[in-house]
Amino acid sequence: MIRLNLKKTLKSIGGEMVLDLELNIAKGQFVTLFGESGAGKTSTLRMLSGLLKPDMGSITVDGRTWFDSNRNINLIPQQRKVGYVFQDYALFPNMTVRQNLEYALQKYQDNSIIQELLDFAQLSELQQRKPETLSGGQKQRVALARALVQRPEILILDEPLSALDLKMRIKLQEYLLQIHKKYKLTTILVSHDIGEIVKLSDCVFEIQNGKVIKKGTASDFFGLNKTSAKFRFSGEVLKIEKEDVIYVISVLIGNEIIKVVSDRTEANELKVGDQVLVASKAFNPIIQKI
Amino acid sequence: MDWQPLVLTFKLAVITTAILFVVSIPIAYWLSNTKSKMKPVIETLVSMPLVLPPTVLGFYMLVAFSPENAFGNWLNEWLGIRLIFSFGGLVVASVIYSLPFMVQPIQTGLSSLPSTLKEASYTMGKSKLTTLVKILLPNVKPALLTGIVLSFAHTVGEFGVVLMIGGNMPGKTKVASIAIYDEVEAMNYSAANSYSLILFSITFIILLMVYLTNGGYFKRFVP
Repeated sequence: MIRLNLKKTLKSIGGEMVLDLELNIAKGQFVTLFGESGAGKTSTLRMLSGLLKPDMGSITVDGRTWFDSNRNINLIPQQRKVGYVFQDYALFPNMTVRQNLEYALQKYQDNSIIQELLDFAQLSELQQRKPETLSGGQKQRVALARALVQRPEILILDEPLSALDLKMRIKLQEYLLQIHKKYKLTTILVSHDIGEIVKLSDCVFEIQNGKVIKKGTASDFFGLNKTSAKFRFSGEVLKIEKEDVIYVISVLIGNEIIKVVSDRTEANELKVGDQVLVASKAFNPIIQKI
Repeated sequence: MDWQPLVLTFKLAVITTAILFVVSIPIAYWLSNTKSKMKPVIETLVSMPLVLPPTVLGFYMLVAFSPENAFGNWLNEWLGIRLIFSFGGLVVASVIYSLPFMVQPIQTGLSSLPSTLKEASYTMGKSKLTTLVKILLPNVKPALLTGIVLSFAHTVGEFGVVLMIGGNMPGKTKVASIAIYDEVEAMNYSAANSYSLILFSITFIILLMVYLTNGGYFKRFVP
């Protein structure tokens, strides 16, 4: 169980912001922090890992105190040993893939875990390469594998997949889930991608201006349980065209543009740029492999 | 031609550069990390030799190291060191005089590394020293090379400080730049020309090597 109770005044370009939040995370959960950039998500992760010192509050992990401003306890990052995957991966450019992993070994630690992780992340063939020669997805897998070498109980992922293309992202999401289960981790993810959050997380915290404004399971959170729709997508209105008596509305969903027919009253309520929901109830959608 | 001044010059430059390398890494590391209010003051002190006439530096060191004064006297009485008109004094003076040429490239190099590199290392349980030696320094190799070469070349080229504190003692403090001055004074232009030409060529080659390596020119030959 991780209990965070943090207060910190953060200075950013937009001025000062007071971060004041309480998070309780059960052991073994996959938790996502969700919210706009600058809301304080990364700062929260940095405070948990010891890279940033809170002004006030406490952090306890499985009954052990990592930080307590009243009792003047503040473990340094080296003592906390969380697995941290940075947004820019932070691979050591002077070392090969294998050396990056080996560097993370602890004193007297059995090095068989290196090969295990290289195999699991399908990096064995790349192990002698330097990070600069790797693609984004490969770098990400190295960063993940490296974070796991020291067998952390907590894995922190700061927008790990945001720089990758859709295909690679979906592949790595699967991989994240496998790692989470295999190594019995408590995983904390920062993400903006709703699909990703729903797919991965047990619990979501929405953070805005340094405060937790909403908390729940992923399906509760995005209202997936409320409608009985067979399928539904959210998108943005690109164009509204009148054709005879009906209106054709073009909606951008992901990378696809779809056209939806509507009548005048519906069309009048919409304008270009609106966020809309496209759902179907009556008909079963066709599904086939492509 | 007397080779002694040239040998002395390079001996001085090698020793000075070696000491500077060891001394400058902690200073540059501290400067690139600190949020202390002292930082601008220390930076200014380190950079002073860049703009101060060497004679000013030489003059104050001459005064400080003189056995007539408290500090010089203490050095002489307790440690048996005389820094005035001695090779040891030249080394101390050169270290101070070339300090910015070593500290600044390393500091710039360390500051330009993303902070996530050291943070990643800390979260793996690695100490600050391990992180510096195994992660930070290997990734600023061009900056280290620049620092080494600039300090070396600058020490070879110093004149004012050496003249003030070392004087002109053959085999002890008469370095090449002093020898040139000496020969010109004695109207011995051909000897002055030999020394000058050698210094000119060596300095040119050293600096050219830096620009070639840091410009990635050598990388084409070493995969």
